[in-house]
Amino acid sequence: MIRFEDVSVTYDGATAPVLAHVDLHVSEGELVLVVGRTGTGKSTLLRCVNGLVPHFTGGTLSGRVTVAGRDTRLHPPRELADVVGVVPQDPLSGFVTDMVEDELAYGMESIGLAPALMRRRVEETLDLLGLADLRQRSLLSLSGGQRQRVAIGAVLTTHPKVLVLDEPTSALDPGAAEEVLAALQRLVHDLGVTVLLAEHRLERVVQYADRVVVVPGDGEALVVGTPADVMVDAPVAPPVVELGRLAGWSPLPLTVRDARRAAGPLAERLAPLVDEAARRTRAALHVIDGEPALTVSDVVVRHGSVPALRGVSLAADRGEIVALMGRNGAGKSTLLSTLVGLHVPQRGTVSVGGAAPATLRGRELVRRVGLVPQEPTDLLVADRVREECAASDRDCGVAAGTTRAVLDRLAPGISPDTHPRDLSEGQRLALALSVVLAAQPPVLLLDEPTRGLDYSAKQRLVATLRELSAAGHCVLMATHDVELAAEVATRVVVLADGEVVADGPATDVVVGSPMFAPQVSKVLAPQPWLTVSEVAAALVAAS
Amino acid sequence: MTRTAPALGDRALPRWTHPGAWWVWALGLATAASRTTNPILLALIVAVAGWVVQRRRPDAPWSRSFAVFLRLGLVVIGIRVLFTAVLGTGVGQHVILTLPEVPLPDWMAGVSLGGPVTAEELLLAVYEGMVLATMLACIGAANSLASPARLLASVPAALYEVGVAVVVAMTFAPQLVGDVARVRTARRLRGRSDRGVGAFLGSVMPVLEGALERAVDLAAAMDSRGYGRTGPVSRGVRRSGSALLLLGVVGVCLGVYALLDGGTPGAVGLPLLVVGLAAGLVGMRLAGRRGIRTRYRPDPWALPEWLVSACGAVPAVTLIVVSVLDPLTLVSATAPPAWPSLPVVPAAAILLAALAGFVAPRPPGPGTVRDDAASRRPDLEEVAA
Repeated sequence: MIRFEDVSVTYDGATAPVLAHVDLHVSEGELVLVVGRTGTGKSTLLRCVNGLVPHFTGGTLSGRVTVAGRDTRLHPPRELADVVGVVPQDPLSGFVTDMVEDELAYGMESIGLAPALMRRRVEETLDLLGLADLRQRSLLSLSGGQRQRVAIGAVLTTHPKVLVLDEPTSALDPGAAEEVLAALQRLVHDLGVTVLLAEHRLERVVQYADRVVVVPGDGEALVVGTPADVMVDAPVAPPVVELGRLAGWSPLPLTVRDARRAAGPLAERLAPLVDEAARRTRAALHVIDGEPALTVSDVVVRHGSVPALRGVSLAADRGEIVALMGRNGAGKSTLLSTLVGLHVPQRGTVSVGGAAPATLRGRELVRRVGLVPQEPTDLLVADRVREECAASDRDCGVAAGTTRAVLDRLAPGISPDTHPRDLSEGQRLALALSVVLAAQPPVLLLDEPTRGLDYSAKQRLVATLRELSAAGHCVLMATHDVELAAEVATRVVVLADGEVVADGPATDVVVGSPMFAPQVSKVLAPQPWLTVSEVAAALVAAS
Repeated sequence: MTRTAPALGDRALPRWTHPGAWWVWALGLATAASRTTNPILLALIVAVAGWVVQRRRPDAPWSRSFAVFLRLGLVVIGIRVLFTAVLGTGVGQHVILTLPEVPLPDWMAGVSLGGPVTAEELLLAVYEGMVLATMLACIGAANSLASPARLLASVPAALYEVGVAVVVAMTFAPQLVGDVARVRTARRLRGRSDRGVGAFLGSVMPVLEGALERAVDLAAAMDSRGYGRTGPVSRGVRRSGSALLLLGVVGVCLGVYALLDGGTPGAVGLPLLVVGLAAGLVGMRLAGRRGIRTRYRPDPWALPEWLVSACGAVPAVTLIVVSVLDPLTLVSATAPPAWPSLPVVPAAAILLAALAGFVAPRPPGPGTVRDDAASRRPDLEEVAA
């Protein structure tokens, strides 16, 4: 269905090719997962499939890409619209109309299908993706998962043979991600659509893939194989696979279900070690008792007439890492913005470092609390990293070079002349973090820090958060990433509908929760293990 | 109640009324408003427009603009009155107050700043302001009743590209507002001031950058979804289409100019206009052939659309005719000030426009089915029948 023959891509002005001598053949009805670090050329590979590279992006493509027998050199993207459907990374940026039903019809209108046929296909697609209730809704009013499903539906109506998706679940909460993946699964099974999918969150998708393509970057050859084969020695792997490697299971399990069937002996070995591990976890905490770093009591915040927080109370000490979880729209971001004074509570009090954040301005604020927003780029203002650091030193009123020093600790080796937009996602997050940390705020707030991060960048973030906690910072992060929460959080707070529904140590809250349990916990339940490293440490200590 | 009568209004199935029909209706009311300075008639027009908006407004973000336009109208009246008070010449006998007069140089003779303010000129200013405000309210009503996207979707194929550009611009506007808010938030988080001119200038670049990035993303998405696919059309047809379009535009411009300019005889203007229109229409036809686009669920133009348009046309025609036959009926006396009277025929014609709220089908929406059942009161049904 898709055939790459000796394809190399070099963008204009670049010295080295992004992709070099790629040979790949995807047959009809396959679901192929494309993985690799940020900036290795995954997106380029995906964009070659419908000719956006090089027709839209520019650059030089040598070799041949054919889709359903059509050569992309001779067919620009619009002529391939009836065979390839491309779902962009941010669905909102690709919407042309303003209503669900019109959006579904847009592609069909462009290729000139008959009105009766369009009508039928829109109805079919609404049913297929469970969108029938939303048909008259405005696109801006949809939740993240709904938007993603509409974006998939919008390209599906032209009945493409190939569907290309770039990180479809990275911005979604676990429930919405399941929704989207279930829809994709259905397309592959029932309609025989060929799917090419790039995703960082392997734990969510690897079990659905027929084959995995690893893009190593730097012009090295692709690694292609079945998920089990590739995962045996892949540098990045979901926790369930790492657990399998640790326990030496063969064949390597890819799903929680397979792993649980193999986990009997491991669970027996681990059962006597639970108490010892819990003691060790407690000992590793750096919580500093005394005056809490932040307190929120009985806070009510409204957006217009819609209550976003209904009486939330929360306190956190220095040295704690609190994960704030809950579905999209549960009030997580609102709580974080309230803590930096962007919303004034209608009722209740907020106090950060002994002051109400809404009354603080300028340096007064940044020395007490720092927030890294969902899109770290928002925080960056300058054209070069050097100027960004200098501006941050001035803003925070600290000695010149402070921000750069923080940056070098978080992500060494960033050239001061780089434009912030040219950094990788991980580096950009590090830069935004340094800008915030330069003022040494005792309270650090993070909104979805792992969005778009690959595994290695995530590991670095985990290490950074632990350091900050050890240094006495209080970290509060809103996240959908259950594995991250399991890894670093000392406490998990679950919000639903603007209320706190659970608040306690990570083990107590996430074990047994169908949505928020990490994979290791699902495999070894009811024992309270959260991460592979915990299990590994317990086994080492016991032997 | 007969069985063969077509279902109208509440008894018809909910569907979108053709946006063109709402615009014809609203422009008809606006035309009527432009013909009178009678405050009662003007208030009646606003009331009719507001009532129909209330009845047939869909549940969408753009349909809440009526109130905004009403407020804009009040501002217009206020500005009008203020300017009259300050710059007015003080015509009339009932002086209300006297502002300190600023002497102006000789070359500005005819303009006076300050001086006596009379009831006559203030009343006239209020009436004239009301005319503008009423016309604004009519435009606001059209905006609330007809989805701008659906209106643009009904443009002819040759203008399709322009339509898409406008739709995209309209969806970008709310996102831009969101961007500005995000950038201001970021400034606060950096410990900078989030108010004042400096903050505004500092946020222009990031917002523009964001908009540009989104535009590129959108262009890629549209290209991938088949935007701009063209059908096989010979070069001759394409060129003659463009040439005729150009000719048409030039003809229409010259024709309109000749008609409006009193110096040119009407015998020149009218034919130019007609030829220009004809050339433009043929050109559009030919240019439209290139597109292979089809329309998904186009809004039909059926009986309700005819009736809605007629509801708007009746007051327009009535007031034009009355203003020609008997100009004084529609003008309220300001010198000396007098209570406005209520001319019966124009008032009846304006009230007729309210029928649009009965004959137009309900717009579809999430709550349509439930609302429909709840509002089936017998009195409404009888009127609709």
